[in-house]
Amino acid sequence: MAAGLRKASPRRGNRWAWFVLPALLFLAVFFVYPLYEMLNRSFTEPDVGLQNNVAFFGTDVYVRVLINTLRISFLITAICMLFAYPYAYIMAHASRRTAGVLLIAVLVPFWSSILVRTYAWAVILQDTGLINSLLLGLGLVDEPLSLVRNLLGTVIGMVHILMPFMVLPIYAVMKGIDTNLVKAAANLGSSPLDAFRRVYLPLSLPGVFAGSLLVFVLSLGSYVTPAVLGNPDQAMLGQVIVTQVQSLLNWGMGAAMALILLLVTLLILAIAGRIVNIGDAFGGRTTD
Amino acid sequence: MSIYRLALSAFGVLMVVFLVAPTLVLVPVSFSSGRALQFPPPGFSLRWYETIVTSPTWSFSTVVSFQIAVLTAILASILGTLAAFGLVRGRFPGQSVANAVLLSPMIVPVVIIAIGMFAVFASWRLAGSPLALIIAHTVLALPYVVVNVGASLRTVDRTLEAASMNLGAGPLTTFRYVTLPLILPGVLAGALFAFIVSWDEVVVSIFLSSPFLQTLPVVMWNQISEAVDPTVAAVATLLTFATTILFALATFVQRRSER
Repeated sequence: MAAGLRKASPRRGNRWAWFVLPALLFLAVFFVYPLYEMLNRSFTEPDVGLQNNVAFFGTDVYVRVLINTLRISFLITAICMLFAYPYAYIMAHASRRTAGVLLIAVLVPFWSSILVRTYAWAVILQDTGLINSLLLGLGLVDEPLSLVRNLLGTVIGMVHILMPFMVLPIYAVMKGIDTNLVKAAANLGSSPLDAFRRVYLPLSLPGVFAGSLLVFVLSLGSYVTPAVLGNPDQAMLGQVIVTQVQSLLNWGMGAAMALILLLVTLLILAIAGRIVNIGDAFGGRTTD
Repeated sequence: MSIYRLALSAFGVLMVVFLVAPTLVLVPVSFSSGRALQFPPPGFSLRWYETIVTSPTWSFSTVVSFQIAVLTAILASILGTLAAFGLVRGRFPGQSVANAVLLSPMIVPVVIIAIGMFAVFASWRLAGSPLALIIAHTVLALPYVVVNVGASLRTVDRTLEAASMNLGAGPLTTFRYVTLPLILPGVLAGALFAFIVSWDEVVVSIFLSSPFLQTLPVVMWNQISEAVDPTVAAVATLLTFATTILFALATFVQRRSER
């Protein structure tokens, strides 16, 4: 009787605990074990030992892929931040209707699949695409600009896909800022710029921080967008992992790279977890 | 001050265009009468939509995607709802670990999940079967159900359940007539998210599909590299249309459950 009432009693609590079991078992068998088995191959294939990890850090090409991945992710994060901050600012301080329109504009790309958005950018950016047809038609250029299959293509596509993950956390924090504080600063003689810089900006930083970590982590592990829009010679870690496993059947190296990607991701999230609630930040949807 | 406001507004408009336009560009392309992707489209036609319906590859994969997404939504909703009950109402050692594990498919890069499942499912002779795709998509969708159901479960007034039990209803009856109706919006939102996760999923599906069993995104992925005729644009338009409606529905249901 009264299964619900005595939640403080540990015995009752333990009965509810059984409900977690099916999902946990399911994940243990079909998620945790496959990850473990695969990552373990980095230490066992072709021979037992650390040879894959040694080879990774000893091979220029691989180290360059890692650096390249970190660099591109950093660039994407910085650009997202630059554009998302003023956008979120408008959203947080506009009229209800304007804010609603801006929110929907952020959510629309959120709603369509990554593959579709990536394909759309390919259609827009390729040599016979929208932008080049327009430029050629207007006689502004004589030959198509290369906008895709290079760093520019990856960055444009990824910034578009990850923008909501930057805008939404910043917006959430800005919504909670008491604008009277800024007014107080102005009354006390601060110039508007000074009041913004010394009062508003510091208060909005937690949102910027949460968004940046999200965007950075999501771009580190990205695969679909760089594979379609990026330069195959400057591949990101996700692409190289797939090539190692799918084309070269080099499970040892593929797993070693996956382990590095996973560790970097978890490290960043662990740092982030001390500052923001990861569950909340991931409440929307993740990327590829 | 007004120049500053004007600049900010102009920036806002440009950003809205940047965010929304790419998704919309595909619509005119999908109705093009030309064989190649070109701007502006030479004329209007429905031929690429006809291709989807008449081509066995496209139509079969649409059916496959739909069935897998429905089964994923069902399986993920059952497992996820049970887990949400355990996490919200249970007090047990290792609870935070269980919570982390249940949310981790959202956090681990999907490429890593894909090759992990590829490695193991092949040796279990699962790869290439519908079951493999359902299981894989359920793993990816579980966190969304747990988060959504968990959120609505936290808002349930436990005294209502106690009242029902005091009036003589058993635990199952209480669940059926008191708790379930209260958390139903959360469960529905979770199920819709699970459906969308499966419907849109491409990376894991590439690894687990076979030439005889491909979901819609996998066929699209294979065609993108060849990327010649506007059929892909038509498929993309349909996909976007479907997901937008479902997402709007899920968000609507979610809002109502939070109220």
